Amino acid sequence: MSTAIEHSTYNYKVVRQFAIMTVVWGIVGMFVGVWIAAQLAWPALNFDLPWTSFGRLRPLHTNAVIFAFGGSALFATSYYVVQRTCQVRLISDKLAAFTFWGWQLVIVLAAITLPLGLTQSKEYAELIWPIDVILAIVWVAYATVFIGTIYKRKTSHIYVANWFFAAFILTVAVLHIVNSMQIPTSLTHSYSIYSGATDAMVQWWYGHNAVGFFLTAGFLGMMYYFVPKQAERPVYSYRLSIVHFWALICVYMWAGPHHLHYTALPDWAQSIAMVMSLILLAPSWGGMINGMMTLSGAWHKLRTDPILRFLVVSLSFYGMSTFEGPMMSIKTVNALSHYTDWTVGHVHAGALGWVAMITVGSIYHMIPKLFGKKDMHSVDLINVHFWLSTVGTVLYITSMWVNGIMQGLMWRAVNSDGTLMYTFIESVEASHPGFIVRWLGGVLWLTGMLIMAYNVYMTVSSKASEKAAAQTA
Amino acid sequence: MFSQDLSGFWSLWITVITLGVIGFCWWLLNGNRVTDKAPAANGEVQTTGHAADGIEEFDNPLPRWWFLMFVGTIIFGLFYLVLYPGLGNYKGLLGWTSTGQWEDEIAHAEEFYAPTFQNYAQSDVITLANDPEAMQVAGRLYQNNCAVCHGSSARGGYGFPNLTNNSWLYGGEAETIRNTIINGRNGLMPAWIDMLGEEGVDTMSNHVLSLSGLDHDVAKAQEAAPMFQAICSSCHGADGKGSAAMGIDSIGAPDLTANTWLYLQPGQSVYDSVSYTLRNGRNGLMPAQARYLDYGVELPANIDSLSAQEKAQLMPKLHLVTAYIYSLNQGK
Repeated sequence: MSTAIEHSTYNYKVVRQFAIMTVVWGIVGMFVGVWIAAQLAWPALNFDLPWTSFGRLRPLHTNAVIFAFGGSALFATSYYVVQRTCQVRLISDKLAAFTFWGWQLVIVLAAITLPLGLTQSKEYAELIWPIDVILAIVWVAYATVFIGTIYKRKTSHIYVANWFFAAFILTVAVLHIVNSMQIPTSLTHSYSIYSGATDAMVQWWYGHNAVGFFLTAGFLGMMYYFVPKQAERPVYSYRLSIVHFWALICVYMWAGPHHLHYTALPDWAQSIAMVMSLILLAPSWGGMINGMMTLSGAWHKLRTDPILRFLVVSLSFYGMSTFEGPMMSIKTVNALSHYTDWTVGHVHAGALGWVAMITVGSIYHMIPKLFGKKDMHSVDLINVHFWLSTVGTVLYITSMWVNGIMQGLMWRAVNSDGTLMYTFIESVEASHPGFIVRWLGGVLWLTGMLIMAYNVYMTVSSKASEKAAAQTA
Repeated sequence: MFSQDLSGFWSLWITVITLGVIGFCWWLLNGNRVTDKAPAANGEVQTTGHAADGIEEFDNPLPRWWFLMFVGTIIFGLFYLVLYPGLGNYKGLLGWTSTGQWEDEIAHAEEFYAPTFQNYAQSDVITLANDPEAMQVAGRLYQNNCAVCHGSSARGGYGFPNLTNNSWLYGGEAETIRNTIINGRNGLMPAWIDMLGEEGVDTMSNHVLSLSGLDHDVAKAQEAAPMFQAICSSCHGADGKGSAAMGIDSIGAPDLTANTWLYLQPGQSVYDSVSYTLRNGRNGLMPAQARYLDYGVELPANIDSLSAQEKAQLMPKLHLVTAYIYSLNQGK
């Protein structure tokens, strides 16, 4: 990093730090993911140790990929985009540095506590209360830096990417604080202030909006900058971005209880969640259309530009998983899909296909500019990475579709006497080939990330720096 | 069932904000349906005129198919909320509830499948155990209810008895098996470390090994013999053949002469397992299964005085499972 040149106007240091850590945490998080995928296929890989058992590594995987990898990517891109589209430096370099080191501290604490079995047992909100407090403080600092920078912008309009980033930052603050309300009993243990069905409702209001705001709105902010920038085309429709932004953020809030179909949650909450999830289809697709149509007149660039390919394919997976989601929220479909691998496949269609691919594309776009280079070290390696990621994602989600539908059908199959046709263990046995294919998909993804790390290292450490690239681009 | 009704305020609040959000989407859509800028002379749609870091924005109208899809989901949603519960305390025109759906399905299954099982309930355990078709049905009940602990081959595992070797903690008579399944069992072995001390645990372990004819230290085994008669024999019997051999079907003290070890972990020596048991005791729990096998069955207070036939009719699926367990041990 020492070879990089300081930008005269913008704070690129914090962007560079977060961009590099995005790659690092991506590798760590996906390595743990590949490991636990292998554990499901070959249980001996639990090693009979509590710290390496699936139950402890699974939250480590989800936290590492969502908050460490995805979070670092969101910090990097939002700081980059807000400065360039507002034409102003971040309001405080110190506060920005605090968010970087604070966020890394939270990640390291998570990586220590989760394998030790310290958890508050809420999915995607496992971190124990002292870490939650640190996280909340860092997040408030992030909101201050980001919104403060928008406030003193030198442009008249607030660019659409910044609406999405701002909505993501504000909402995640509310979600995190409300869902993490706990009564501590010791430094490492606490009880939720909610109980029973209310606790479940709050948890999935949080859980689904973590998807909706952290993994969707935030990454749509990324999309709205990097897609038109890389394609060098105007955004397709300003009008569409207004409509789908407001519709998306007000409808997403309602969808959470579809995670609790046919449970103790009152019927009215389940019905409203299903209706809102279906209405959510169009607002979600608004972002895909706006990204895709931005490429009209620039489709030929896909032939030569693997970065653009990453961005466009991510939009395809986004469109696919936001179609799949509303379908799975329909009670009759959910009765089949819930608790099966289909859910896992759906999450990864979003997480690998959408979140990770748009992140990778955006990081490849930013790295040369952040470090004052003309281009990435090797475009061919980006291309290899692109194909590994695409094939990896397809293997992952198709194997989980097959497994999920098969499990759902096996669990409900009955004989003519009304007894169940299959035992649970038979469905696990039948899922084994799918587990191996899924693991293979993960291996391809991890390999791609390692290639990316090499490519980034070679780019950053190359001697041929181009001052002009950083200054004017 | 408790009432799921909300207070009037919350019901109204949910209704208003739900319809409010849907109405907002409609307003947003309708208000932005068409662009108010005419296309430029060359037919190209105009941009909004502002640029961010070089990115311009076209002012294209909303795609028609997308607009219609959005409206379609809103209309579907409103219809759904008229038909189904959703808007606060409003129950929906169809009167559907998830509890009601479940009860209907259970009632349908009862009506549809009950005759099959009532038919089997007419036969006694031994007849059923020799009826291959009945045993196929019973085997499926076993696989889905019992196999999770006792294993799909019924050979048990660490802490879970083997059901195929005709070696019984509580006795292998058909009615004893039935009672075990109805009420469950709790096999308690107390910890003897305070009474025996470390040395006593060691010598007694050797004595237990000797009862099954396993390799042991003869001197130690003999040393513990009087203590065995003093404290162990009251449950395991003077000959160590267990409580069932003494005709007691409630204690579940195992036969120590059969070389069958319930708490032997894979790779563990019998000595280690036995000395652990002597030192720490064991607490084996078989849960009562009546209400799981024959869903929702109410056991009468005089359950113990019912005849086998009456029990079979009250719990026909449990009757089949009893016959299945019985059949696994025939001829052994």
